[in-house]
Amino acid sequence: METTTATKGYQPMEYKSEEGRLKIFGFWVFLSAEIVLFSTLFATYFVLVHQTAGGPAGKDLFEVNIFAMETFFLLTSSFTCGLAILYMRKNSMKGYLIWTIITLLLGLGFLILEIKEFSTLVEMGAGPTHSAFLSAFFTLVGTHGLHVSLGIVWVTSVMIQVIKRGFTPVTARKIFMTGLYWHFLDVVWIFLFSTIYLLGVA
Amino acid sequence: MEQHHSAKPHIVGYIFSLILTVLAFVDMLYTRLPMSMKITVLLILAVLQFLVQLIYFMHIWESKERAYQVISIAYGIFVAISIVAGSIWIMIYNTMPM
Amino acid sequence: MKDFLFNFKMPEHFFITGDPLIYGAYVSIILVSLAILFVLTYYKKWVWLWREWLTTVDHKKIGIMYLVAALLMLFRGGVDALLMRIQLTAPNMHFLDAEHYNQIFTTHGTIMILFMAMPFLIGLMNVAIPLQIGARDVAFPALNAVSFWMFAAGAMLFNISFVLGGSPDAGWTSYTPLAGSALDPGPGQNYYLLGLQIAGIGTLVTGINFLVTILKMRAPGMTLWRMPLFSWSTLITSVIIIFAFPVLTIALALLTLDRVFGFHFFTLAGGGSPMMWANLFWIWGHPEVYIVILPAFGLFSEIFSTFARKKLFGYNAMVYSMLAISALSFLVWVHHFFTMGSGPWINSILSISTMLIAIPTGVKVFNWLFTLYKGRVEFKTPMLWALGFIPIFLVGGITGVMLAVAPADYQYHNSYFLIAHFHYVLIGGTVYGCIAGLIYYWPKIVGWLLNEHLGKWAFWWFTIGFNLCFIPMYIVGLKGMTRRMYTYPAGLGWETWNLIATIGAFAMGIGFIILVWNMYYSFKHRQNDTTGDPWNGRTLEWMTSSPAAEYNFAVIPQVKGLDAFYLIKKERAAGVKEEAPEIKPIHMPKREAFPVIMSAFMFVAGFGFVFEWLQIGFLGLLGSVITMIWRSFNDYDRDYYIPVEEVKKTELAAGRRV
Repeated sequence: METTTATKGYQPMEYKSEEGRLKIFGFWVFLSAEIVLFSTLFATYFVLVHQTAGGPAGKDLFEVNIFAMETFFLLTSSFTCGLAILYMRKNSMKGYLIWTIITLLLGLGFLILEIKEFSTLVEMGAGPTHSAFLSAFFTLVGTHGLHVSLGIVWVTSVMIQVIKRGFTPVTARKIFMTGLYWHFLDVVWIFLFSTIYLLGVA
Repeated sequence: MEQHHSAKPHIVGYIFSLILTVLAFVDMLYTRLPMSMKITVLLILAVLQFLVQLIYFMHIWESKERAYQVISIAYGIFVAISIVAGSIWIMIYNTMPM
Repeated sequence: MKDFLFNFKMPEHFFITGDPLIYGAYVSIILVSLAILFVLTYYKKWVWLWREWLTTVDHKKIGIMYLVAALLMLFRGGVDALLMRIQLTAPNMHFLDAEHYNQIFTTHGTIMILFMAMPFLIGLMNVAIPLQIGARDVAFPALNAVSFWMFAAGAMLFNISFVLGGSPDAGWTSYTPLAGSALDPGPGQNYYLLGLQIAGIGTLVTGINFLVTILKMRAPGMTLWRMPLFSWSTLITSVIIIFAFPVLTIALALLTLDRVFGFHFFTLAGGGSPMMWANLFWIWGHPEVYIVILPAFGLFSEIFSTFARKKLFGYNAMVYSMLAISALSFLVWVHHFFTMGSGPWINSILSISTMLIAIPTGVKVFNWLFTLYKGRVEFKTPMLWALGFIPIFLVGGITGVMLAVAPADYQYHNSYFLIAHFHYVLIGGTVYGCIAGLIYYWPKIVGWLLNEHLGKWAFWWFTIGFNLCFIPMYIVGLKGMTRRMYTYPAGLGWETWNLIATIGAFAMGIGFIILVWNMYYSFKHRQNDTTGDPWNGRTLEWMTSSPAAEYNFAVIPQVKGLDAFYLIKKERAAGVKEEAPEIKPIHMPKREAFPVIMSAFMFVAGFGFVFEWLQIGFLGLLGSVITMIWRSFNDYDRDYYIPVEEVKKTELAAGRRV
């Protein structure tokens, strides 16, 4: 497999210090906890999905165009984020910056679409306080959106640090961890668009 | 050094994920399969996408800690499945005549 | 906007008044605060406090702070318990009214589980684990401080509910719809939600920290299968914490959204499901009870092996049984609400999975007994607590299996039989384990031993009091007395038993007072531990001086098998010459200010959300995010080296060869 680089005696910078390795491993453990966190929200959603209190259901609210676009943005941003890490490993500041900025723009695009979607729903009178289904929907999708927002803040803050300090074992480790986080948000979105949106409209 | 810095796995991963996504949309919106079949296909596609992310983008195999990382994610999935399946079973089907 | 920023909705009662207990609390809070401020200023200790404690990242000091907090909370939870027992001494008592009684059983339960048992065990882990695995600190020392200060912020927030706004009163399980805003308006229940939320974040971080520490930072030669049992139990507890606490985080967040923002997760209006709360709460809640029992099991294992002067019997079986318990802990949660109307299929399967847990637990009890068999048992106080644990826990466990039988549970459910059961396992297991562990590690923490004579008095008062208090509860439970009733009529045959229970509770209180008095007495008549190995221990923590130096080990020891220090001592006795270890400069983390600042912001945020002053709440959240970003920008050069000369000086001062 192409990606098993460490086994061939070569080690990317972020793994060079013991501290870097510990933090990356710790972050994987944190992501495992995040899996459970989101699964609890999914469980709540599935239990309450039919409890619309006479109000609108997913079929009436979700628009294929919008969530298809959101999916495309986030999938692509996961790809560009991977490229940013690739260029970091190639020690190319320019490549890292270009792909990171593209990632951030795609993330922002996703967020804008989501905020627009939410505000349309609220204007339609289908806000989160309307029914148990809507509470669960807004909380699940909103928690993911909140994670994306925090991700944007974090990636930006690390980018500024990299511009100031260049690639060092510490900044490389931070870039790699933000990358893991960003890919993880895409993983969550995969399950969101499949089981919430696609299942909702089908 | 060259092969470590190839964009190829990323591009392959991206293409896989695009294909899987399109398949998911087609499965749910444009086929006439029974609902249970549709959902099964959808879940399989989602799990495959998850694996694509883990392997091609997140490089879960590359560090010295790979065994622990995989166990940790796997345990997370075990608990996640118990929570989702258990909650649905307990909360929705608990009053069904058995 | 202006309306949002300056709109402070006041609850009906901001300052709680009208009860002498509360006035007493005000007076004592003000007096204690003034006294602390005075002492710190008079002795010019502010800088010392900031440098040595508030910003420390040393796991031993963080452990001490956890333990101090836990003892204070044990006192508070204990006072709650005594107030309840006074109220129930005789029929038709009017010591507390119903509302006040509800608040007291709620805070008693919440505090004892989350703000006493958890920090007590996490404190002991902090004190012992890095030493036991031969490490210099935990994997993420700064995050360890974050854990403690988050816990402290949550605990403080929960405790001020007593005087500001009113305590939560829906039980420690906070079941909806009772805990929803329709039936329980006001800030009380919000305190529960926010206090637990903030403390829970700290616990999750602890779980990750100790998992990585134990997996990655063991001394050379210490394979997983050479790890002492307390390290194993901490590792497995960490796993459970990591996968259980996110569920609590979500459950609390959802109920907060319901209460503060009008969402409909658990309200019948809007189609929500009140039972979903019970479901989510116990998905976390059942693993939680294993989180508080497994570390105690680990401590008992260490103590049995040390004081029986024998290797632990069935080491592998001990580890596998804990692994089995950790996986099963996620598959039994329905047994807390068998009576809520689940179908027979669900109840039967979860009933069986519950009973399955008795198997690994039984294996452990037999292993402990076989460890004692043919050992040269020394009845030191930690060993007394450990020996006391076995019969008590056995009674608790067997009545637990009775409760696991779903049809029978329809009879026992929410009766005093249940109360007696879980106090037998939680006190007999967790509290006995905590106290045994505290006495066992006391010399390692402070450098002197606790008095044995007073220790035995404390043990007997507590143990006899405990059984006097809780055996009657089994009986009144079977006689029909239900949980959480604040008073009862005469003539049901409950009077004598309740009277005995109250007497027992006070005897336990006396035991606690002797325990604390012992700390002061032993300090006055200090018997210093000069060897660092007062119990003739078997594991690495006893290899360091007491208390251990800041860097723990001048040279990291080589581990050659289970009971590493015992093997080293055996080699020494056999005259095997040790190589003179070469001391190198020691890499250490610098102290950190951000954990305490971030937690202070979280406290502000929590306080804001409790009173539904959203502007304050979001301001606090913003503050903690900004602190995190600030820290991220300053996350460089956070370490330093202790030069060899200084290490040698410290070692010589502790009476060690260099």
